[in-house]
Order: sequence, then structure tokens, then C-alpha cells
Amino acid sequence: MGQTIAEKIFAAHLRDEPFDGTYVLDLDRVLCHEITTPIAISDLQWREKDRVFDRTKIKAVIDHVTPAKDTKTAIQGKMLRDWAGRHDIPDFFDVGQNGVCHVLFPEKGFIRPGFTVIMGDSHTCTHGAFGAFAAGVGTTDLEVGILKGVCAFRKPASILVNISGQLQDQVVSKDVILHIVQKLGVNGATDRVIEFRGPVVDAMSMDARMTLTNMAIEAGGTSGICMPDQVTVDYLWQFISEEYASKEAALADFSKWHSDADAEYDRILDIDVTDLEPQVTYDYKPDCVKSARELKDAKVDQVYIGTCTNGRLEDLQQAAAILKGRTLAPGVRGILSPASPKIFREAMDQGIIATFMDAGFCVTNPTCGACLGMSNGVLAPGESCAATSNRNFQGRMGQGGMVYLMSPATAAASGIKGVVTDPRDL
Amino acid sequence: MNRTFSGPAIYLDRSDINTDEIIPARYLTEVTKDALKPYLLEDLTLDGFDPQGEALQQAAVIVTRKNFGCGSSREHAPWALEVNGIYTVIAEGYARIFRQNMFNCGMLAIELPAADIEQLFTLQQQGTVTIEVDLAKQILTAKGAGQEQVFEFPLSRFDNALVEAGGWVEFADARY
Repeated sequence: MGQTIAEKIFAAHLRDEPFDGTYVLDLDRVLCHEITTPIAISDLQWREKDRVFDRTKIKAVIDHVTPAKDTKTAIQGKMLRDWAGRHDIPDFFDVGQNGVCHVLFPEKGFIRPGFTVIMGDSHTCTHGAFGAFAAGVGTTDLEVGILKGVCAFRKPASILVNISGQLQDQVVSKDVILHIVQKLGVNGATDRVIEFRGPVVDAMSMDARMTLTNMAIEAGGTSGICMPDQVTVDYLWQFISEEYASKEAALADFSKWHSDADAEYDRILDIDVTDLEPQVTYDYKPDCVKSARELKDAKVDQVYIGTCTNGRLEDLQQAAAILKGRTLAPGVRGILSPASPKIFREAMDQGIIATFMDAGFCVTNPTCGACLGMSNGVLAPGESCAATSNRNFQGRMGQGGMVYLMSPATAAASGIKGVVTDPRDL
Repeated sequence: MNRTFSGPAIYLDRSDINTDEIIPARYLTEVTKDALKPYLLEDLTLDGFDPQGEALQQAAVIVTRKNFGCGSSREHAPWALEVNGIYTVIAEGYARIFRQNMFNCGMLAIELPAADIEQLFTLQQQGTVTIEVDLAKQILTAKGAGQEQVFEFPLSRFDNALVEAGGWVEFADARY
């Protein structure tokens, strides 16, 4: 019987099987940010085990609230900063170099096909876009990962989502994943890896694939995963050119991870996206999804473009194409958070930042901030936000606030009209 | 580790209660578990539920529906339960990360079939329910309205080992 990509990665990293069905894996990457890591650090200190298993495999960033907004967040940042210094962790990113973890770390070339990756953050599934097994974990798993370089998982059963058809104008990977989350439901992929495949995925850039895998957790998935291919090789080439004789050699090596044709899946979901329209969530669960046209009267007080879902250059380009020569509706606040310094700079060079500012947007530094209602754009009770993020839970962006999840183009269009708007209807 | 997994139950009659509802992100700037104590379930709006109420203060067990703990990976959710003396959740199912976090902390995320959960909810309609957990036998007894109902909850060997060891750090540190 063949194996899925997740099963191949598990087999290649298996350290121990303490009990039937419990797989303890060796980790290639343990990623850390300042919200979930400090308590792991203090616990390690309390246990007199303040050590790291491999300082080169640990990457750390201050991203959720940065620069610090108050004493508490300053302390969190300091705890991570001091710890990274004490253990001489070479890849630690602080103010000036920091960005949203799931955007910054792939951009630095830290994620490779076949890797095992954990982080104390549920959207770690994003990194599966590179053909890695990447799972969000809690602080205790993170702590053991830091100390021992291992993490335990149950058998990696997979759901295959085959995406075919032709995406229409202004319909992008965010619309596809919202549609998939709606199909699967918020726990439809619990304890499962979601494998995204098919011609539509093959044609997607890494930016677009990361939007897909980012929201695997919104269906309960342990990791989202894409097959590493030429697009992956091209993206990573600047980091791996010394490891491989040629791109062809890299591609051949990466292909060993591909799921076998006779691999077994828990479920196979075939999705044709040809008739898919721009999608928007309603209510307080990410599987409550309708077309933008069905929700076109919903009022928008704020537009938020950024986050680990849609704060990448391609996302900013798509929003800017809508905003060009237009302005936000009176009373609508626009916030752009490019997700990394590199993206910010490229967006400046391409005139995208100017387009956003001309439209009336405030441009913030790269940070998670408003997505989880921590800083830089918290909603007041009764307010609504057109957001390119991944969660619309009650109170997510501020107590009593409402979040409509959508693509960057749809968010831009909604800001211009002041109500949820299909970008094709401008 | 000496922990009481038994006591009065509070019922949360909804599926998909997420970790933002269990402990909102605005409290994630705390760097001690104890600081989370006053904020447990603060953002959960549910008929008859009061996050400041006596029922939650007295509870040692939560009984709920499907997919409890979905969303964010924050272990602050089990910690907020822990510092409020709630070491046991009984549900029809959990989000993977939350479930793992519970066992990693040496706490119990008991999964029961839909019919058993329904029976637990029916029992509660007649008054307060107290849950007694027998970890060795992997059975729990629900007591209420002069009745006693017994349910089996087979734990995987790994989950059981984590609860017995007091958590994943203890287990992993001894073994790896």
C-alpha cells in the first residue's frame, strides 16, 4: 500500500512509538513567538532545564504585539529576547526585522519539503505549503520541542482535496479555502492532514498556497499540505542553490515526498472552482460562508488587510489593483499591515503603499496585532471589519465586534463601498 | 500527581466552543497561569451561563458538546481551567490541539459517544450533577436527581500515561 506525504514524513522522522498509534517525531523546526513561548521558558527555568535541543533549528520572532504596547507585552518580548540571547539563537527577529511568523519564516527559507515543524500557534499549518508536516501545538508541546526536539502525534490520517476548474476573475485562493472550510465544517478535518492538490493548486504561487494551508486549522486540520513542485523549487532556490547541483536535482529530491498514487485517504473531496464567486463569512464560525453578493448589505466600519493569511505581496498587489484611483467610503477606517519588512519594502518599491495611502489607509508595521484584537485596530462593540484574516470568532478583533473574512480584493472593494462588496461589482 | 478529577459539573450546551471564548486573546499578555483565573469563559455568551456566576466557581468538571476548544492553540485555555480547579472536561469531541494540551498538562479531556453525552444532558435537566471519575477503572459516575449513571471512558495508553506522569514534560523528560 502506498503512503501519503504525511505518512512519508512521519516514517522519516520517527524517534519512538511508545504505544501503538503514538508517534514521537524528531523535529526540524521549532518556531517561537512572544505570546506562547515565555511560559515555556519560565517553566524550563523552574525545572532547572533552561536548555535548547539545537539552537539552529529554533527560530524566534516577536510578532503578535510589536513594538510593545504596554508593560505586559514589553515583558513578554523581553523574556523571548533574553532567552534567545542566552542560548545564542542565531535566527531571532526583533523590532526592525520582525514580521508575522508564518510569513517571515518561510520567506527566510527556513521551511523545506519533508520537514517536521511545530510552533505554539495554530496557524503553523501554513508551512505545509512547502510539503512539510507543520502543526500548531500548545506551550507544553513547544516546551518539550525546545528541550528535546521531539513532539508526539497520532496517526496522520489524511483528507485529499482535489481542486480543479478555472478560477474566475477576482476569485483567489482565499475564496477557495473559505469554500473548502464551508464544505468540511469547523471540525471536518479534526486530527487529519488536509492534502491540497489538483491543477488549481499546481498553478498557484507559494503566496497563494500559503493562504490555502493557513486555514486548514479552521476545518480542524492538523496540517495543510501541498506537494512540493517546480514552484516550490523556484521559491526556495536562493536558499538551496548550494545544496543541489541544479533545480532539476532539487525537484527530483523533493518529489520523493509526493503521496503515492495508491495512498489511502479518509476522505476525498473533489472541488470544481469554475463557478466559485468571491466568498465572505458571516456569523462567528469560519465555516459560515456565503458569496459576497449575498452579503452585500453588510456594513463595514473598518478594513483590515494583512495577517498570516493574506499579508503577502501578492495579496497587497490584488488589493491595490482594486484601490487604485479610488478612496475608502466616508467613515471607513482602512488598515494595511504588510506581513514582513521585505514585503513592506517591495510594496513601497512597487508603489503599492502609496496606492493604499492615497485611498486613505493607515499603514502599520508588520504585526499580528488586530487579527486577534491585541493592538493596531481593535474594534469597538457593534463595529464590523472586512478582514483578510482567518478567524471570525465572537470578540476576535475586539469584544462585541463582528469580523467578515474575505480576500484582499473583496476587502478593498468593501472598504470603497462601506458595505461588503464583490470586487467585480465596483 | 494528586489531582481531583471529580466534583460538581457545569454544562455548556453548545458545540464548537473555541479557545477565544475560553480565554480571550486580550489576556494572553499574562505570563503566569494564576493571572488568568478571573477571565475563564469571559466571552462565552450562552443562555443561562454567567462567567461570573457561582456555578462556574464551584465547578470541577465541564460537560459540553462537539469540537470543544477549537481555534487558537493557546494552552492558556486549559490553564484557565486548571487555575479554576477544573481538571476534567467531558465532551463528544475536541479540537486536536486543545485535547493534546489537556493531557499534556496531566488533565482529562474525556470523549464520550453522542448518546452518553445526551444522557448526561438529560440528567442535568433534573438538577445539579456531580461527576466522580475513577481513573484506574476508566469509568465515571454521574450523580444527580437521586440517580447514578455510569459511563466508561477508555483512554488511549498514551493519554493515560500522560495523566499518570502528570504531563508531557515529565513523560518526555524521563524518556528522551
